[in-house]
Amino acid sequence: MSELTLRGTRAVIMIDRCVRLSRRNLDALLTSVLLPVIIMLLFVYLFGGAIETGSAYVTYVVPGVLVLCTGFGAAGTAVSVTTDMTNGMIERLRTMDVGATSIIGGHVVASVARNMVSTVLVLAVAVGIGFRPAVEPLRWLAAAGVLLLFLLAISWLSAAFGLLARTPEAASGYTFLVMFLPYPSSAFVPVETMPSWLRGFAENQPVTPVIESLRGLLLDTPVGSAPARAAAWYLGLLAIAVVLSAVLFRRRVA
Amino acid sequence: MPEPPAVELVDLRKSFADVVVLDGLSMRVPRGGVHALLGPNGAGKTTTVRILATLTRPDSGSARVAGHDVLREQRRVRRSISLAGQHAALDDEQTGAENLIMLARLAGLSGAAARGRAAALLERFDLTDAAGRRVVTYSGGMRRRLDLAASLVGTPSVIFLDEPTTGLDPRSRQGLWELIGELAGAGVTVLLTTQYLEEADRLADRIAVLHGGRLAAEGTAADLKRRFGAQRLELTWRDAASFAEAARRLGDRVIHREPARQELSVATDGSAPQVRALLDEVDPDRHGLLRFTVREATLDDVFLTLTDRPVSNEREVANV
Repeated sequence: MSELTLRGTRAVIMIDRCVRLSRRNLDALLTSVLLPVIIMLLFVYLFGGAIETGSAYVTYVVPGVLVLCTGFGAAGTAVSVTTDMTNGMIERLRTMDVGATSIIGGHVVASVARNMVSTVLVLAVAVGIGFRPAVEPLRWLAAAGVLLLFLLAISWLSAAFGLLARTPEAASGYTFLVMFLPYPSSAFVPVETMPSWLRGFAENQPVTPVIESLRGLLLDTPVGSAPARAAAWYLGLLAIAVVLSAVLFRRRVA
Repeated sequence: MPEPPAVELVDLRKSFADVVVLDGLSMRVPRGGVHALLGPNGAGKTTTVRILATLTRPDSGSARVAGHDVLREQRRVRRSISLAGQHAALDDEQTGAENLIMLARLAGLSGAAARGRAAALLERFDLTDAAGRRVVTYSGGMRRRLDLAASLVGTPSVIFLDEPTTGLDPRSRQGLWELIGELAGAGVTVLLTTQYLEEADRLADRIAVLHGGRLAAEGTAADLKRRFGAQRLELTWRDAASFAEAARRLGDRVIHREPARQELSVATDGSAPQVRALLDEVDPDRHGLLRFTVREATLDDVFLTLTDRPVSNEREVANV
């Protein structure tokens, strides 16, 4: 087998491994599927009545819930990477000449796949409770593209954090950061209702353009520059994450 | 051209922060057989194995495995070796078979070949019944066996085992010893680290004693006993006072002491004149000495002589 084929095969094997491990990790799987649904129900039925958004609240909140939950799910990559780095598996893989790209890539791809599945589930429940997206295949495709890029960047950043953390517990702290970021954004309430200093942050933080893009694309309303801003943010973050994780991996194993 | 040795270390040095772990270690391990790196905690055993397995870079000196330099020919070294570390490196949530198939495929086998190799290894390591169970359900002994099986998915010519039986019950340890012996029988070179003298004595064709990051001695168990232990004369005293008096007379010639049993040991060649002279010397009044015994040296004696640490602690470690 040529070196390149071997590398490709190894990457596929590592993805297969991480997908299987995520399927087996029942707690994490339940959290990543049930949590979004519960949060959505919480917002729609508990807070939704009191929040004025100009449309049915479920319609307003679904993009935000998608971002909150898939972001949280993707951040879980940090924990699985740290676990690999601390339990001896990494040393076996290194002595077998399995490279950083395969090891990190396996986790990242499995994370994206896992969260695409929970996205579909959340959307199905959302439709069940009254979410009525526009039927426009091209816009759906674009929305999927934005979400995919967001997931990829967050997963890879999480992997970098997982390389930095010394224990899985520390790594899980990172997931909370990602979990909180959607709150001061347009995810749950229109930014116009926020005090001006918070509004400035909410309008310019990286989660907002994703939510605005998804909202516009799914509901067939104007999106303005949101997709372009989302692409700029997450391509940038992805590039940083890829370089950072390569550096951290090398430092970690030195 | 003669085959290069399995392992060749020249003046290997490694420090972590201010702690010197390897202090100019040089040694050769010939091809084939089981070789033990024996030493107390902190002697540098694990660091040596990690350098050989390309996981840690030495500060200076050279290390070659199967003729390949660990720094300049990392990939070639990795193709020749496998490592089973102190912790079983397996995925808990995969089954035994899934772990082995995955690792065999990573080692470059096709899907069908990997499944065949996994099945054969599971059979050989007596894990066929547990093949479909997740590793998280395995006992400690089963995990070590699977870990050892995992280190054989490729075709390594040198296998490093870092404390392979630490934490196992005696029966599992026995089973693992047999498996390690069989590996060497099949022509693979096994280099294992251990702090169990019994393990080195039972398993290893040759033993390298590491102390303070250097090679303290090297040879077969019999060699080491002959060179460093010889025989010893065990002296049992009537009471604490005579024990203390004898200990004072012998000074640093005492190689072993058990105050609880009022016992002292000194080196001897076992000849009658020497033993008689010794007895006269330590008990001139012919009063305090109850019994004496001449014993063959054990690997403990060698270890104690070479590593020069407080006797009582070493006894505990050695007898675990």
